[in-house]
Amino acid sequence: MFPSRARRALRAGAVLAVAALTASACSVGSIGSGSDSSGSGTTTITYLTGNDQTNVAFQTALIDGFMKANPDIKINLETQPGGTEGDNLTKTKLSTGEMDDVFNYNDGSLFQALNPDNTLTPLGDQPWVSQLTDQFKATVSTSKGLYGAPLGSSQAGAVLYNKKVYSQLGLSVPKDWATLMSNSEKIKAAGKTAIIQTYGTDWTAQLFVLGDYGNVAAQQPDFATLYTENKVHYSDQPALQGFLNQQNAHQAGLFNKNYASATYDDGIKMLATGMGAQYPMLTGAVSALQANYPDDVNDIGVFPLPAQKASDTKLTVWQPNALYIPKTTTGAKLDAAKKFVAWVNGTEGCAVQSEKSPPSGPYVISSCKLPSDAPTLVKDLQPYFDSKDFVSALEFSSPIKGPSLPNITVQVGSGISTAAQGAKLYDEDVKKQAQQLGLPGWS
Amino acid sequence: MATTVARGVETTGVVASAPRARRRKSPYPLWFYLPAGVLFVVLFAIPTFASFYFSLTRWTLFKTEFIGLDNFVQFFSEPMLVSAFGHAFIYGFLTSAAKVVLGLLLGLLLTSSIVGRGYLRAVIFFPVLVSTIGVGVTFKIMMKPDTGLINTTLSWFGVSGPGWLTDPSLALYSVAAVDIWKGVGIATLIYIAGLVAIPQEYFEAARVDGASGWRNFWNITVPLVQPATNTVILLSLIGGLRSFDLIWAMTNGGPGFTSDVIASVIYKQYQAGFYGLSTAGNVVLFVVVTAIVVPISYLLTRREVNR
Amino acid sequence: MTWKLRWPVGIVAIAASAVVFLVPFAFILLTASKTGPDASDLSFSLPKQWVLIENIKEVLHTQDYVVLRAFINSITLTVGSVTVMVVLAAMVGYVLQRRRSRINTVVHFLVLAGLIVPPAVVPTIWVLQGLGIFKTMIGMILIEVTFGLSFCVLLFRAFVGTIPRELDEAAIVDGAGPLRLFFSVIVPLLRPVMITVIVVQAVAVFNDFTGPLYFLPGDAGVTVQLTLYNFQSQTLNQWNLLFADILLITIPPLVMYIFFNRQIVAGMTSGAVKG
Repeated sequence: MFPSRARRALRAGAVLAVAALTASACSVGSIGSGSDSSGSGTTTITYLTGNDQTNVAFQTALIDGFMKANPDIKINLETQPGGTEGDNLTKTKLSTGEMDDVFNYNDGSLFQALNPDNTLTPLGDQPWVSQLTDQFKATVSTSKGLYGAPLGSSQAGAVLYNKKVYSQLGLSVPKDWATLMSNSEKIKAAGKTAIIQTYGTDWTAQLFVLGDYGNVAAQQPDFATLYTENKVHYSDQPALQGFLNQQNAHQAGLFNKNYASATYDDGIKMLATGMGAQYPMLTGAVSALQANYPDDVNDIGVFPLPAQKASDTKLTVWQPNALYIPKTTTGAKLDAAKKFVAWVNGTEGCAVQSEKSPPSGPYVISSCKLPSDAPTLVKDLQPYFDSKDFVSALEFSSPIKGPSLPNITVQVGSGISTAAQGAKLYDEDVKKQAQQLGLPGWS
Repeated sequence: MATTVARGVETTGVVASAPRARRRKSPYPLWFYLPAGVLFVVLFAIPTFASFYFSLTRWTLFKTEFIGLDNFVQFFSEPMLVSAFGHAFIYGFLTSAAKVVLGLLLGLLLTSSIVGRGYLRAVIFFPVLVSTIGVGVTFKIMMKPDTGLINTTLSWFGVSGPGWLTDPSLALYSVAAVDIWKGVGIATLIYIAGLVAIPQEYFEAARVDGASGWRNFWNITVPLVQPATNTVILLSLIGGLRSFDLIWAMTNGGPGFTSDVIASVIYKQYQAGFYGLSTAGNVVLFVVVTAIVVPISYLLTRREVNR
Repeated sequence: MTWKLRWPVGIVAIAASAVVFLVPFAFILLTASKTGPDASDLSFSLPKQWVLIENIKEVLHTQDYVVLRAFINSITLTVGSVTVMVVLAAMVGYVLQRRRSRINTVVHFLVLAGLIVPPAVVPTIWVLQGLGIFKTMIGMILIEVTFGLSFCVLLFRAFVGTIPRELDEAAIVDGAGPLRLFFSVIVPLLRPVMITVIVVQAVAVFNDFTGPLYFLPGDAGVTVQLTLYNFQSQTLNQWNLLFADILLITIPPLVMYIFFNRQIVAGMTSGAVKG
């Protein structure tokens, strides 16, 4: 019986092996053909961005617009996941010399971690630089030069609120913490969720702390510098207040009952339908609101997380992501890449930006203007920008941001630990990062 | 001719002593190791040893700075280290024990002449086919305390279910349960392969002797399926001790840090860009898991040989 | 199992499996059939509108049929690497179990080490770049083979032990050399475990996320797990499309499993190994 069996097995094995070889051969060919396939006189460059569908649709529109205006340049879109996985990929690609010709990435502390002076092409001599806001310039620059161009609008970390609920209960926008709390009590008494919290999506728990930074900076303008030098800490005031606010709101029972398991999508739903009235969140939430609750999006407004004293209340702002060109892009590709970056921030590029990607706050380059039909919550932000009552979030003015903040704020907001314990834990978390970055004053 | 006969007599019925003092070429040539060995050394061993050097440096992927054992000092002062090791042990031993027991029982059930066998085999293996991301998202939703399917069902029977993933004392066990759900298909499949390999003659002989089903199980099935058991124990123990992907997908180590295991602590360090530190963590994890698994492995293989 | 119990036990098992294993899949299917806003509730309910086909179409259309390209890449990668992996690992497992040699202690340790130590990403990329196979399908196949070897060797080593040595002896008497002994005597007898290894590793490679992410970057080499990220982001999750994608990419391993499952059953009924 052995011979026949063996023959059958061998035959099956051989078929499989041949199939594998042919299959792998043809797909290697297809990988090779992905690049430069166009004729002479055309420059082809690749452009790397995040791979979620809405972003890809937006980026494709940008590329198409650019290629129409510049028929001699072809751009291939490459995508990768975002989040921390994307951070690692970006660093891996840059450090192994495999980065695409242009890429779209965060600025501030994450940008600093890219070792920009050695890996990126300086863009300080580009014509659009003069139109940038100073806050944005700071987030894409090192002491040696400027490396990034903005893509998209800024956003704020603030309290999104349902205007219908507010007007039904006769409430007005709070300017200090005590008013926010008394508003919240009234909302709770009316049988609605006063403050929405969604720890099922843990990054959302950080807003009490991160969104309070404007108020911290108002009380201590050099906080970021001292913080980077290990001279001020979150376990002391004024920075501790963010943790305390979260703890107090939890103890006052103002959160939705299912705060521990609710997800970001649940939070958006509660806010849009008016089941919940206030949601400390990034205004980037406008894209989810517009996609899933288009009829309700204009009922949602926004105000800064209030400080204890009304005079200290400032809006905390997140800068838009940026476009960068790595040092490995050279020659004709470099020229094409620079052209693309400039086009994105020119009149035509801005038009595509505001049409295809709903702005979540004002633009940071004067060539881009908010469209007149921008959602209410974006319009709510404009006064703070006009009166300069805003501060860039801490991650844009200090390279330090501890990686465990989501877990720590979930603990504080769920009553697993106190605000003081949480702040102390975060200081240790930050210390670890500062040491890993080799910053002076931390060892 | 005479020599071959003698050889046959020499080894019959005994499990193998090496072909003694025979100058002939071994029928089990070492060059069989070669193709796999080359790949292993070039694509695994060399990069791994290279990375061990980086555990002694502050490494941003762009720059390295030699800092001696500082990373290890820092790793051992990680505030959640002790609880993370505790969680990893609970998780590893719990899931591998459950996979051995359930895998064997399901393997027996699915090699018996039970009705609906084909269907049952397919269904038990389904979870293995779905990606961890998909499983994580699905169970996260089903385990929601208020609207989740599990607690909704329990409420029909008047039981108010706990917050499976939000109760700090439960979260780790809930994830472990899902891990077992997802992994038991592989254990069962290995057991099926092992059970199928048991020669039927043993059972026939036992039937002649009038042995009961229970005695057959202990005297024939359990010892003869030992190679499968050993494999399941080793694979699921190693997998369990360094697993974090499901934990990451379901709780991110939370609420707070209550379901953080050692591998997820290291992963967070890696995600945060602390490449030197996380490599040091991997060295520590490697030493600890090796210290647990290697003795167990030798114990198990010794039992196998002495059978 | 006694014969008279086959019905009651079978029915209990089927009922239990329906609850434990099928309900989660019903959830995936239902969510994949909903519209975006309906699905964002994430509740276990019937869709207000059944749009499964539309969702699947939309998933397929996304980014110029990226899911289809990912399918081709993933299947190539899976077939290529599992074939090589199984042959190489069977050879190692066989010699490791049969031969008494000092080197085996080292090999055994390396096999365990391969299971315990997570791969070092950046140094591995350097090696691949040095060999000129970074970002190629061949390079990716070799990576998957290497990372899967330990698991396969462990299984093969264990199961070679169940094959009586008398069979080796008989073949040697017949004048078989090492290659013929292995490929025509041992390999056919390893069939049940070989199928197990193929199934488990095929699923592992097909579902591998981080491997292709780092070692085969670029949209030309996209694999199925990466496509899940098209529908997830920090601020907007498209749950209905995400689940439709999960459903789609589970089909190839399912087909493969159903095919091999029949092979296992065939192995059983033919009386398995005659010792």
